[in-house]
Amino acid sequence: MTSKNRPLSPHLQVYRLPITGLISITHRLTGVFLSLGLIAFVAILICIASGEQSYIAMQGVMSLWFCQLIYWGFIYALFFHLCHGVRHLLWDLGETFDRSTLDRFAVYELSASVVLFVLTFIIL
Amino acid sequence: MSFNEISEKAAELLNVKSAVAHWRYQRLTAVALVPLSIWLLLLLNKALHAPYAETLHWLAAPLNTFAILAWTVAVIYHAALGVQVVLEDYVSTLTCRHAAIRASNLAFLSIGIIALISIILIFLR
Repeated sequence: MTSKNRPLSPHLQVYRLPITGLISITHRLTGVFLSLGLIAFVAILICIASGEQSYIAMQGVMSLWFCQLIYWGFIYALFFHLCHGVRHLLWDLGETFDRSTLDRFAVYELSASVVLFVLTFIIL
Repeated sequence: MSFNEISEKAAELLNVKSAVAHWRYQRLTAVALVPLSIWLLLLLNKALHAPYAETLHWLAAPLNTFAILAWTVAVIYHAALGVQVVLEDYVSTLTCRHAAIRASNLAFLSIGIIALISIILIFLR
């Protein structure tokens, strides 16, 4: 077989991803970001375990604006990943695969993630 | 090579049995993490804003201790499985890929152990 005329998969530079594709890569990115966030989670646990002094120091660091930015970024990433994760579980049941529901559910899950984020921001 | 031989060879190379287990545990931990995420948010909210004694008191409640322990175990497993898939997709050289997956698993295992030790130390306070 010659390698000259073989079919190509769509090039990402020229192919406009459908909304499900965009959500899919964002799901991955948020997953990696949340995994890195686990290091910060463990750091917070260590500070709680080390006593009141380090606990207060940790609260001081976490109140800095860029830590707050990462913190709320982490929480939005969590809700995004959770909502699309639920969608994956629906797909695993064999549901919502046809084209019309695909786009509609994409809007549902994005809205759900934003609503959950705003609610958390207001309550916490 | 017949089709059956090819598919058997492929199954052997791709380690199909562990792939099925990978799929199953990724879903199992995902389902567990949906409700447990509430406790993560509650803990973070306490840890970032509440006085020290209040956070300790909250963590000492049996339901909260259990939920945070369960979240930690599930999330470490879920993250390790997820990062493995990412590495399998983007690291094409097999020796590098296996080394990267092993390194990532080791990192997650260490994070998990440190987290569990911290939770036990907090509980003993």
